[in-house]
Amino acid sequence: MRDRITAVRRNVLARHLFLALVGLLVVVVVVESISDYRNTQLASMAYLGIAAGGLTVLTGTNGQLSLGHGALMAIGAYTSALLLPDSDSSLPLSLVILAAVAVTLVVGAAVGLAAARLHGPYLAGATLALAVAVPGIALYFKETLGGEQGLRVVMPDIPVWVLDLAFFVTGQDLSRSRYTAYVGWLTLIVVFVLLANLSAGRTGRRWRAVRDDEVSAELAGIDLGRARVSAFMVSAAAAGAAGAILAFTVKLAAPSAFTLTLSLTLLAAIVLGGLGSLAGALIGAALLTFLPSVVTDVGRSAGLSDIQAAELAPLVYGLVMVAVILLAPAGIVGSLRGAVQRSATTRRTTSPTTTKGTAS
Amino acid sequence: MLTLSSLTAGYGPVTALEDVSLTAREGEITAVLGANGAGKTTLLRTVSGLHRASSGTIDLGGTRLESVAAEKMPRLGLAHVPEGRGVITELTVEENLRLGGLGRGGRVSAADLTRIYDLFPVLGDRSAALASTLSGGERQMLVIGRALMARPTMLLLDEPSLGLAPRIVAQIFGLVRTLVREEGLSVLLVEQNARSALSVADHGVVLNLGRVVADAPADELAGDDQLRHAYLGF
Amino acid sequence: MQQFLNTALSGLTLGMVYAAFALALVLIWRSTRIVNFAQAPMAMLTTFVALVVIDAGHSYWLGFVAALVSGLVLGAVLERVVIRPVEGKAEINAVILTLGLFIVLHGLAAVVFGNRYRSFPAPFGLEGLTVGSTTIALNGFGIFTIVSVLVVMGLLVALFRFTDVGLRMRASAFNSEVARLLGVKVGAMLTLGWALASLVGSLAGLLIAGGSLVHPSYMDSVVVFGFVAAVLGGLDSPLGAVVGGLILGLSLSFVSGYVGSQLVALAALVILMLVLTLKPGGLFAQAAERRV
Repeated sequence: MRDRITAVRRNVLARHLFLALVGLLVVVVVVESISDYRNTQLASMAYLGIAAGGLTVLTGTNGQLSLGHGALMAIGAYTSALLLPDSDSSLPLSLVILAAVAVTLVVGAAVGLAAARLHGPYLAGATLALAVAVPGIALYFKETLGGEQGLRVVMPDIPVWVLDLAFFVTGQDLSRSRYTAYVGWLTLIVVFVLLANLSAGRTGRRWRAVRDDEVSAELAGIDLGRARVSAFMVSAAAAGAAGAILAFTVKLAAPSAFTLTLSLTLLAAIVLGGLGSLAGALIGAALLTFLPSVVTDVGRSAGLSDIQAAELAPLVYGLVMVAVILLAPAGIVGSLRGAVQRSATTRRTTSPTTTKGTAS
Repeated sequence: MLTLSSLTAGYGPVTALEDVSLTAREGEITAVLGANGAGKTTLLRTVSGLHRASSGTIDLGGTRLESVAAEKMPRLGLAHVPEGRGVITELTVEENLRLGGLGRGGRVSAADLTRIYDLFPVLGDRSAALASTLSGGERQMLVIGRALMARPTMLLLDEPSLGLAPRIVAQIFGLVRTLVREEGLSVLLVEQNARSALSVADHGVVLNLGRVVADAPADELAGDDQLRHAYLGF
Repeated sequence: MQQFLNTALSGLTLGMVYAAFALALVLIWRSTRIVNFAQAPMAMLTTFVALVVIDAGHSYWLGFVAALVSGLVLGAVLERVVIRPVEGKAEINAVILTLGLFIVLHGLAAVVFGNRYRSFPAPFGLEGLTVGSTTIALNGFGIFTIVSVLVVMGLLVALFRFTDVGLRMRASAFNSEVARLLGVKVGAMLTLGWALASLVGSLAGLLIAGGSLVHPSYMDSVVVFGFVAAVLGGLDSPLGAVVGGLILGLSLSFVSGYVGSQLVALAALVILMLVLTLKPGGLFAQAAERRV
C-alpha cells in the first residue's frame, strides 16, 4: 500500500516536472520569437499568473477569499526594491526573490493567523482593509519607502554565464526585457510546480477537506486553524514572488501600483479562469494582460476617445465576473465549501419533516 | 371547505406526500396524525404555498390554491400557524399581531388587537415586550392570535402541542374548540400528539410515509385499537 | 488643547459620515446577509450624477436630490437584477458578486466621467466657525453633515418603528418565511431595503465629496471604514453601526491628527482585527458570541 502511494506520488511529481519542462521550452520559443515590448507584457503576465496561482490555491483549494493579495505583492515588491537600490548591488535576483518571499511569508503568517478565524464577508472585509491600508505605510515612511514616488528598482547586470548560455542556446544576444521575461517565467514555473505538488499531496487534501466540510475535517483530526494558516502562508509566499517579478518588470515599487484595483483584478483573474486550477489562474492572467489592448481597440473603433477606451478593460472584467457568478456559479464555485453549505441549508429549510426526525 | 385531491409532493428524489386526498370540512377540526416523517408538515407547507406540489389539486371554497404564492394566502382566508418557533422574536408582541392583521390588507384597528387580547389576556399584559421574552405556551398563543388577526376562514395549525406542558396544551386546544364553535372557523390540525388531537378534533386523517392510511371521524379512530397501536402510538 | 478639540470635532463630523455608510451596510446585511462592498462605487456613481447636474448650471440642491434619487433607483435595480439570484446562496458567491459590481461601477464611472480628480462644491462655507477669537474645526458644511445624517437616521427610525411598511420590512429581514405566511411580499421589501440603503450610502458619498475632490475611487477607503464601523457595532444593529461610526471617526481623526493621515487605513485595519479577535459580535454583543 505504502509502496503504491509512494509510486503514485512519484508519478505526480514526474508529471509536474514534465509539464514544467514543456512549459520551459514553450517559454524559450515564445520569448525568443517576440519583440521587446511583447516580452515586457509577457513578464507582466508572469507576475499576475504567479499571484493568481497563489490566490487560486487559497480560494479554490481552501475556500478562503483574499482581497489583500495586492498588498502582499506590494510587500514583495518593496522588499525587492530595498535590496536593489543601485547598480552596485551584486545580489543575485534569485536571492532577491527568496528574500521577497520570506518577508511576505512572515506577513502572510500574521494575516493568515488573524484570517483563519474569519469567513465569507468578514474575511473579505478584513483583507479589503489590508489592501487599502498597506499603500499608506509606504506613504508614511517616506524616507525609507519613497512616499508617493516610490522606490526605483535597479536591475543588476545580467550575469555573464547567463549571457553565454543564452547565446549558446539561441544564437543571439540576450536583451534586458527578454532577461526579465525569463526570470519571471522561470519563477512562475518553479512556483507552479511547488503549488501543484502541495495541492496534490497531503497538505492539499487537508486544505480541500477543510474547504468542503469543516466538521468532518475536524473529526478526521485536521487542525482547521493550521490548515487555513498554512494555505494563507503558501498563497502569500506566491504573492511575494509575484511582487518581486513586478518590481523587476516595471523597475519601480510605488503605492499607485498596489491599489485596491490590483487586488480585485487578481480576484477577477481567478474567477475568469475558473477557481481552483492553476491552469485557470494562468488563463486569467493572460486575459488580464492581453485583453486590455484588444478591448481598448474595440472601444476606440466604437467611437470612444482614447482615454475612455483605456478604461474599458476593467469594466469588461467586472461584467464577466458578474456574469460568471450569475450564470455559471456551480461550474466555477461549485467545488467550494460554500456549495456544500448551500446544499446543507437547502436541505435544512426545505425538508423540515426529515430534520425534525433528528430534532425531537 | 378545504379539499386536497391526489396531492403528491417531494424534495428532489424523495417523495414526502404521495397521492394524498382529504377534506377539511367547514366549522370542523380535522386532525392530520402520524409519526415523524409521515409528511404532515410538508402537507401544511404545500397547502400554504411554501412548497410546491408536483401534482394534484388544492381547493379552498372554490378557489384553486396549488399555484398561489404563499404571501397571497391570508387574503384568501387561509392562515398557516407554523410551529411555536414561528414568532418573530425580534418584534414585540403587538408588532407580531399587527403584522398578522396587515396580511388581510388594509389597516389594523385597535378593535382587532383588543379582540385578540380578550382571547389571550396574557398577550395583552405583555403587548410591549419582545416576543423573545415569551414562554413556549405564550409563543404558541401569539402565533395563533397573530393568525386570527387576519380573520381567516381556514386555520392550518402545525403541532401546537410541541414542547408544551399538558396543561397548556389542554388550554390551547380548548381555545381552538371555542373559536370553531363560536366563530365558525375551520381548522386543519397537524399533530404528533394523537391522543390530545383526537380528543378535540371532529375528524381524523392518518398519514404514514406520505400516504393516507385512515380517514374517519375522530371517535372512530380513537376506538380502533389496531390503528392506534400501528400508527398513533397510544 | 485646541488641537485636541479640533481633532475631536473633525472626528465627530467624519464619524457621522462613517455612521451613515455603516448604517447602509447594516440595512442590507440584516435583510439579505450580504455585505454590499459595491456600496462604495454606488455612492461614487450617484455623486457623479450630482456633479453632472451641478455642472449643467443647476443648483447644488438639485444635484443633491438627483444623487439621492438615483441612489434609490440604483439600489432597487441592482437588488432586483443582479443580487436577487444569489440571495440565500453560498456566501462566497455573493461576496464575489458585489466585488464584481465594484469593478463594473468603477469602470463605468471611469469610462463615462473620466479617471481623474474633479472638484465637488459644498453648499455651505468651508471656513471654520469662530468661537470668541479662535477658529474651530467645525464649519458650515460640517454642521450640515451632522444635521443631515441625523435627519436621515431619524426618518429611518420613524419608518421602521411607526409605519406598516417598516414593520413589514423588519419582519422580512428577521424571518422571511414567516413574513411570507403573513402576507408580506418579501421580495419587494428586500428591494426597498436595498433602495433605502443605497440612498443612505449616496448621502454619505455626497457628504464626503462636499468641498473636496471626487474620483472613481474616492469612496474606496470609505467602504473599509464603513465596514469596520458596522463590525464594531455588531453588523446587525443599526444603532451599533451609528455608535461604531462615531467611535471609528473619532479614533481615525486622532490617528490622522497625531500620527499621520497616511496610516488611517492601517489604524482601521488594526481596530477591525482587534474587534474580530476580542469581541467578534461587536462592542455591544451579549454573552452569545457570533461566529465570524
